[in-house]
Amino acid sequence: MTSVATVAEALGVPSWNVRERRPGELTFDASAAALPDVADRTAASLGGRLISLFATDERDTAGTFVVHQVWSLPGMRTFLRVSAAIDPAAASYPSIAAKHPAANWFEREVMDFFGLTPEGHPNPVRVGLHNDWPEHAWALRKDFPDAPVPRVPGDFHPFRPVVGEGVFQVPVGPVHAGIIEPGHFRFGVAGEPVLYLQLRLFYVHKGTEKRFERMPWRRGLFLAESISGDTSVGHALAYAHALERLADIDVPARASALRTILLELERMYNHTADIGALATDVAFTVPASRGQALREGLVRLQDELFGTRLMRGVVAFGGVTRDLPPHACDRLRAHLRMYERAFDELITLLIDAGTFTDRVDGTGILGNQAARDLGVVGMAARASGVDTDFRRDHPHDAYAGLRFDVPVEEGGDVRARLMIRAREVEQSLLILRQVLDAMPDTAIATTVPDQLPPRAAALGWVEAWRGPCTHWIATDDRGEIARVKVTDPSFLNWPGLVHAVPGNIVPDFPVINKSFNLSYSGNDR
Amino acid sequence: MFSIIAKSLKTGVLTEADPFAVTPSFGFPRIDFTRCTACEDCARVCPTGAIQAAPTAHGEKTVSLSYGACIQCRQCVAACPEGAFTVSTNVEVAAYTREQLTRTGVFDVDAATGAARFREIVVNAGPSLSESADRFRARIRGRLGRSLHVRQVDAGSCNACELEIAATTNPLYDLERFGVHLVASPRHADVLLVTGPVTRNMEIALRKTYEAAPDPRVVVAVGACGCSGGIFGEATYAAVGGVDRVLPVDVYIPGCPPRPQAILNGLLVAMGVRDARL
Repeated sequence: MTSVATVAEALGVPSWNVRERRPGELTFDASAAALPDVADRTAASLGGRLISLFATDERDTAGTFVVHQVWSLPGMRTFLRVSAAIDPAAASYPSIAAKHPAANWFEREVMDFFGLTPEGHPNPVRVGLHNDWPEHAWALRKDFPDAPVPRVPGDFHPFRPVVGEGVFQVPVGPVHAGIIEPGHFRFGVAGEPVLYLQLRLFYVHKGTEKRFERMPWRRGLFLAESISGDTSVGHALAYAHALERLADIDVPARASALRTILLELERMYNHTADIGALATDVAFTVPASRGQALREGLVRLQDELFGTRLMRGVVAFGGVTRDLPPHACDRLRAHLRMYERAFDELITLLIDAGTFTDRVDGTGILGNQAARDLGVVGMAARASGVDTDFRRDHPHDAYAGLRFDVPVEEGGDVRARLMIRAREVEQSLLILRQVLDAMPDTAIATTVPDQLPPRAAALGWVEAWRGPCTHWIATDDRGEIARVKVTDPSFLNWPGLVHAVPGNIVPDFPVINKSFNLSYSGNDR
Repeated sequence: MFSIIAKSLKTGVLTEADPFAVTPSFGFPRIDFTRCTACEDCARVCPTGAIQAAPTAHGEKTVSLSYGACIQCRQCVAACPEGAFTVSTNVEVAAYTREQLTRTGVFDVDAATGAARFREIVVNAGPSLSESADRFRARIRGRLGRSLHVRQVDAGSCNACELEIAATTNPLYDLERFGVHLVASPRHADVLLVTGPVTRNMEIALRKTYEAAPDPRVVVAVGACGCSGGIFGEATYAAVGGVDRVLPVDVYIPGCPPRPQAILNGLLVAMGVRDARL
């Protein structure tokens, strides 16, 4: 049975209602009232995992808003986008968050930025806008002027109170003690153990999605690189993938190989830095220094090979801007040999030290069921026994032709998230060597049209080091950007952190937080 | 325990004697105005408006390039039909005012043909680098000594600047040997090292952090976004813009992100032991 027929049968609709507009990307137009039923069927019968939910303002063309759910159907190697038109007069639609908690923040974000109410949402309060934003400042509506918004007086944020003898709250942030991004954590504690954790994010909300709409599409690539600095390659690639699919551009094989190298190097330098940082957070200085030095070695190699330390400006539409000539490939191979030995020593140093394992074993457990229910993605999901990886489930770039394993750990604790990183680095080395040994002899970029097709839409995705980055892009009548929906894995994973912390002691929070290492900027955009 | 000691001994000292002794393949673009025809191709491809070309009065136009907004994407270098761009590999880039980060050339435009000919470099408004250096040293005189306590504030960054600030603490750069310490609270800080663009949601927190720091509090703006709003712009619904839109800035460190050496250099400028240069 084709994937269209399978999906149509599961949704209980005639097969012509489900369309495969682009390979690996099905669409289905539902009525707003049917959204909960479609979500239930997609999750239950098709094994779907919600990876994004967003709205578009199509009042000027279709007279409606549209709410979209994007599901990954890993068993069928395809995505399903369910879209429902929303009457602007009613400006509401039925929520799916009670049954599908992954939708929780997404629906509240749609409420904040489009003014569409998710009816029946269990906790319909603002997630993106802070309390000093006025009502009706719906920034992603088309008629919203992109200009400063006055502040309104109000409470900071109504946190859930804690009551009881010896029970109190510990507020932390947004300005933290280390070199980290801003966010507010409110711990409810009884002595040292944390009873629960509440988050206040979006301090670094920069209006990125609105900014894409106001920029020529070519320049958007540089904005994509600045969605989350540690995932410059991941987000630039997801943006490029979306536009390449939208314009039917085929990327040359050598460019796909080089993009795979960029992604795996990004994975390695971030995993290496995080492993060092985990050692820092438990005051184990020797491996902390080793991790930092190894990371610096990789970043300098990237600078040497690609001209920038974080590999910015390398991804381009239709390919890449920099080739790796044979001597550069040899240079990379030689560095990987040296790195592999040093990395093994680093991991041995850590897991042989009882003082270290005491701090990480059983700390910050995110259970398998919670990870599944919350829709946690990427590396954090794999550390909680959820076997998911877009590189295998929705192959992009050169991954379809490569042999690699997707490591999965069952523990869900800090140790598991450490070991996942270590094992993924091993796989990255394997992938890099395979790619280097069979570099296709084609151009590194193809020509790109001056204009994008008008009124088109496409999804771009990448399994970056933290997890899947997805960009859904639609064009307007002139072929300029009408909407870019950016989903960083952090947005799906922050609720996972909230579940992993209670029951641990406050001093363990830094190491738990670092073990997830979620991006605030990617989340807040 | 013994394996850890053995490991340390075997690794030895990784710290580089002179971290500034590097020649990267790319720093900032530079316009050789004598070769520039003011065709504006570079201004058209610049994603942040770091390059501006504008007609001025009576048959004259200007072309300017601001390091403050430049994200080092190299689009201008590739777009220039005259090959008028050269590449600066200097890593010690800093300034005391936003204006000092800009180079502007004036061109005479022939009314008949429209051809432009380079006339002169415009002197920036405000103090020169050396005047600013003297003023800055006078302001901090005797207060900071030869050490600097730094509180880093992310006021909206994409976290790339944070990665590079964190890199300055690694064993290769080892910023502590220069007397620079990263401290946990603004109350302990001589310097606020601020990355941007300052967002609407961080503006109040940034002001409060500044108020909590003791005099003479020095503010260092880091990165294209911190210097000018960068690719995120200024006065949008969500971004206020460069750090100087909110606080008085003493030192600007441009770059997207700045290299660790540039951050280190900027901190030494903030300490008053080095002068900013471009």
